Amino acid sequence: MKNTAPLSAPDLDFETPAAKRLRRYRRFKDRLASAVVGVGGISVIVAIMLIFIYLLYEVMPLFHAAEIKPWQHEGEEVVPYQRPGADADTWYLTAEEQAEVGLRVDATGLASFFDTRTGEVGLQQMLGQTEAGAVAFALGSESERTFALAHADGNLTFAKHQYKVSYPNDVRTITPSIAYPYADQELALAPGVGNTELLAVRDSENQLMAAALDDQGQLFVSRYSKDVNFITEEVEISTDHLQLELPTEKVVSLLISPETRWLFVARSDGLVVSVDLRDFDAPQIHDAVRVSDATITQARFLLGGNSLLVADSQGVTRQLFLVRDDSNNYELKEIRSFRDSTPSEIAEVAIEHRRKGFVVAEGNGQVSFYNSTAENLVLNEQLSDSGIAYLAMTPRANGLLLEQADGKVSFWKVENEHPEVSWSSLWEEVWYEGYQEPDYIWQSSASNDDFEPKYSLAPLSFGTLKAAFYAMLLATPLAICGAIYTAYFMAPAMRTKIKPFIELMEALPTVILGFLAGLWLAPFIEKQLATVFTLLLVVPIGVLVFAYGWHNLPKSIRLRVSEGWDVVVIIPVVIILAWLCLPLSSGVEQVLFDGDMRGYITRDLGITFDQRNALVVGLAMGFAVIPTIFSITEDAIFSVPKSLSNGSLALGATPWQTLQRVVLPTASPGIFSAVMIGMGRAVGETMIVLMATGNTPIMDLNIFEGMRTLAANIAVEMPESEVGSSHFRILFLAALVLFAFTFVVNTLAELIRQRLRRKYGSL
Amino acid sequence: MNISVKEWFKSGAPWVWLTGGAVALNVIMVAGLLALIAVRGLGHFWPADVLQADYIESDGSRVVVIGEIADSEDVPAIQMREAGLEVAEGVETVRRDLLKVGNRDLLGSDFRWVTETGLQEIEHPPHLFVAERREWGNFYGFLRQVKQAGELVGEYKVGDADAAYDQLYAELEQRLDRALDIHDQIKDIEKHEIGAINATLERLRLRERSLELKGQLTAADQADIAASRAEQDESYKSLQARLEELYRQIGRDSLVAEVSDGQVVEIELSKVVQVFRPNAMGVGTKLGFYFGQIWAFMTDEPREANTEGGVFPAIFGTVMMVLLMSILVTPFGVVAAVYLREYAKQGTMTRLIRIAVNNLAGVPSIVYGVFGLGFFIYFLGGNIDQLFFPEALPAPTFGTPGLMWASLTLALLTLPVVIVATEEGLSRIPRSIREGSLALGATKAETLWKVVLPMASPAMMTGVILAVARAAGEVAPLMLVGVVKLAPSLPLDGNYPFIHLDQKFMHLGFHIYDVGFQSPNVEAARPLVYATALLLVVVIALLNLSAVAIRNRLREKYKALEH
Repeated sequence: MKNTAPLSAPDLDFETPAAKRLRRYRRFKDRLASAVVGVGGISVIVAIMLIFIYLLYEVMPLFHAAEIKPWQHEGEEVVPYQRPGADADTWYLTAEEQAEVGLRVDATGLASFFDTRTGEVGLQQMLGQTEAGAVAFALGSESERTFALAHADGNLTFAKHQYKVSYPNDVRTITPSIAYPYADQELALAPGVGNTELLAVRDSENQLMAAALDDQGQLFVSRYSKDVNFITEEVEISTDHLQLELPTEKVVSLLISPETRWLFVARSDGLVVSVDLRDFDAPQIHDAVRVSDATITQARFLLGGNSLLVADSQGVTRQLFLVRDDSNNYELKEIRSFRDSTPSEIAEVAIEHRRKGFVVAEGNGQVSFYNSTAENLVLNEQLSDSGIAYLAMTPRANGLLLEQADGKVSFWKVENEHPEVSWSSLWEEVWYEGYQEPDYIWQSSASNDDFEPKYSLAPLSFGTLKAAFYAMLLATPLAICGAIYTAYFMAPAMRTKIKPFIELMEALPTVILGFLAGLWLAPFIEKQLATVFTLLLVVPIGVLVFAYGWHNLPKSIRLRVSEGWDVVVIIPVVIILAWLCLPLSSGVEQVLFDGDMRGYITRDLGITFDQRNALVVGLAMGFAVIPTIFSITEDAIFSVPKSLSNGSLALGATPWQTLQRVVLPTASPGIFSAVMIGMGRAVGETMIVLMATGNTPIMDLNIFEGMRTLAANIAVEMPESEVGSSHFRILFLAALVLFAFTFVVNTLAELIRQRLRRKYGSL
Repeated sequence: MNISVKEWFKSGAPWVWLTGGAVALNVIMVAGLLALIAVRGLGHFWPADVLQADYIESDGSRVVVIGEIADSEDVPAIQMREAGLEVAEGVETVRRDLLKVGNRDLLGSDFRWVTETGLQEIEHPPHLFVAERREWGNFYGFLRQVKQAGELVGEYKVGDADAAYDQLYAELEQRLDRALDIHDQIKDIEKHEIGAINATLERLRLRERSLELKGQLTAADQADIAASRAEQDESYKSLQARLEELYRQIGRDSLVAEVSDGQVVEIELSKVVQVFRPNAMGVGTKLGFYFGQIWAFMTDEPREANTEGGVFPAIFGTVMMVLLMSILVTPFGVVAAVYLREYAKQGTMTRLIRIAVNNLAGVPSIVYGVFGLGFFIYFLGGNIDQLFFPEALPAPTFGTPGLMWASLTLALLTLPVVIVATEEGLSRIPRSIREGSLALGATKAETLWKVVLPMASPAMMTGVILAVARAAGEVAPLMLVGVVKLAPSLPLDGNYPFIHLDQKFMHLGFHIYDVGFQSPNVEAARPLVYATALLLVVVIALLNLSAVAIRNRLREKYKALEH
């Protein structure tokens, strides 16, 4: 219809002030909405991305290189100062907890406490209670702050440097002093000892032991047994001496192990001799190991006194410890060696007080920081041009005192937070002290300070994959077969009921599955192990037998169940079959396994059987994953265009052939992505594994043993982990690994699914 | 029509049947699981008959046992013989029952195994009564006396008429009601009134410390605070006096009962929660009792390290957390979805973001927990404490796991669910409708607000409900960010500021984990865990079903527009 009449302008004025105001107001609202939605939307998306960034931010410090720079004091760098005390060789240099007060013991036997930042000398005293001068020095223990001196008159002084912290006027003041734990006892070295040249000392709970090498080449060992008087509770000391018949030329270091059983003698010709002092009256020369082809310059204990660090003139430091084999024999073995890119003769080795780390100073003035177990060269820096005479780490490993060859002492700030973490310590086999061989070990808390926590992610990753593998073993066939039937053979009316029913399980909290797995399924399986395996055999065969029988039934009965409703018939059949399995399996068990399959497995096959094992986890987690895989696979198969399958059927293919040759290949990317997403879910599942396994971090494929997964490990250990520690960051790393893994897997699956959708969108 | 096996296999039919078998197995597993939880969970509350029998021990001695059968199983005869029990030749399995005998204080354990053949002269005497106690679990025995302040009030001697027993029992019930009444009063005072005083005192301490930190603590303030403190102390003292009186009253009555081995025990009524005689109950009474038990389970507080009593604080904590979470997640999720679908330029970038958001739904929940602990609690919470609550330091206020951080973490976890669902709803709305609205002169914001969002509301609603269902069942991240096994008080109470976002809370899912795996008495607690699990399943199934229902209804409403 054509309207020819001119449109008369409606009697409306759009330009009234009110209308203008309204328009302005509406425009303002529109802009405001855009701004709010834009800012809100972007910030939400950014917040989500923040997860990844934050995890990375927490993990990054693990891989930061260590740094060293001059110590800052009151806003200025500490300038090297003249070494405190006498102008003689340094026997010992150390600092207290706060790294504010240092101690230098020099070759005259003078102990000088000094301010580490200014070099200002505080308390100074000659060590020892005898008039005779000191001739040799030995370190007792860095962590207990003990050391000993041998005097020219053949006496021994055992001393301890200690510090009292007080807060007068709210200012921290540290007062150092020297104490003599055995002040009221006479500690004499063996009679006949000459001028001691090398000394070793070790104070254990019930005895003090010293080894002295004198200028005539005699090596004496003295044992001071401590007997506590029951009445006065005073310590009385009885002394035994012993001379060791050893070639003593070229000895550079003597070391006594913490339990005072072993004496190690390091010689400049590259040999390390170990002497077994367990039977003090009949010491045995246990072993002589050639450690180096070059000259050994120094040997020291690593923290804990289990490992020897042997440095040589070619710039190589080797770590050795005694390895005990199955027949209880000890053997001194080289575990690993350390060198930097430009090795040169090692002058000094200093150890960290609380970690298995150490620092070596080379003759050319280079200083290298290493971590022993991580096999990690943390830092390598030229700190002096004139050569290095002595160096010491502060107890918190945050400072380095360095005495140069020209007698100046410099003080350095060290930032070295996580030296124990390296690629090799996280993912490769590590040979820990006290172990027979290298192994993958996760043990985040150590029994005492002398042993380090062990952070191998390998057993956890292995456990994660093992759990996921067994879960997928159950879930994949069941879910995919189920989806095939539901999507392709099932009557539509039934499909609309069955599909949501199975999908409902996806919403079931996993804590419930875990609880059932741990408290119901695990004991059930332990008791009915044979039933589980009989079921695996009987149900498929039974269904086939039934189907064949059904097929041969007269049509009148068969056609009562219309096409696509067969499941209604199968459900009772499966239930009956499972029911039959119970008596059947006990029969089978009687015949094959003497009536007790679980006992048979442990006794006759020698396989460990945990009640909460991978089988239980596989069943429970498989159950949790089934709905995920089922739902996506079902969608993929159902969305295959009907024209394709109808064409195939029209050409005479059977429904099964059509499914096999047409439908499944078409839907295969979708099925693949379903499996991937299911896998992602199984890998990250926490509660089921936490509750259905024993959570032991072992590496064993055995289906009857448990595992510990990354996710469960985080749940168990995260709340107790100290913020900012290596352990804390490694747990973040585990979370990041999980995140990255599932994210990548899901993205792949999603891309495949989208491609599939585009491909069939046109059909 | 008979065909050979070979031909039959060739036709592919067996494989179809096998896939059908897989479906059947899936369905059976799902249904079986639900049935298992339902039966075990609901069975717990049924007042089962208590049997009394002569039991022949393995060494031939005869004892009287009283208890209810909790479980039965068949054990291979070999195992029993190995354990030193005599089993007749030719018997392959022995049926044995797990008897809940209660009286843990007398017998050492709540349960004992008995072989069915050893149980003789089984009877269910109607006089037997069960007393649920606050400590030591259930008590089973025969009522003999009721006492008031040590004086005998009523007595029943063996051989007296049943009516006498009933009378004595009625007396007991009446006195128990009185004791329970006083118990409620005590709880009320301890929880609410004294709790309020403690909260006030803590606030005073913080105010003082805060002023001190700012250097503004004047003598006037100090006097003021001291006065308030004195006032609180005063009211505390009067409450204390009232409590003492109530405690004296509640300890007045006691019952005397005879247990299976003839021992006579006296139990104070203040220690009893309820008494009942299952053998004397008809089906109707039992049903009433049954629902009463279910109600008590849902509304009571837990007792005995969570192994007895109810789960009310856990239900409350779960609901509270989920509510807070949905308040947080809904606006953010919807805004993000609207931005992605309506405002952002559609291209590779939005497609990538969409995939990323989609995939975040598949990231393990524990990763969110780690993020929540590190970022929300240690970083954000730590800084909030420094800035706003310096007076409470070193005790953290928000720098420790709590309700707010748990809700926030779960909001982040469920954000993808809401975004994806809302986006789907938005993409369903035809362009023509938007264009129609714009053509009529509406601005983009008006179109969005008046046309698009209402039409997308079913999808949004679905998203939120699915998010709630997921959040209600998550436990792993909560273990890191705020749930505890036993919270001293609810996160919502009458003390300022009423909602305690910084408090830790209890949660149904964690309750299951904790009671099932960390409790000292797993065997006794197991039925309770099943009941809790059932509750959680029901809640989550209902939420999911309502999501479906709402979606369908709203879809129906806007169906006319969808073409």
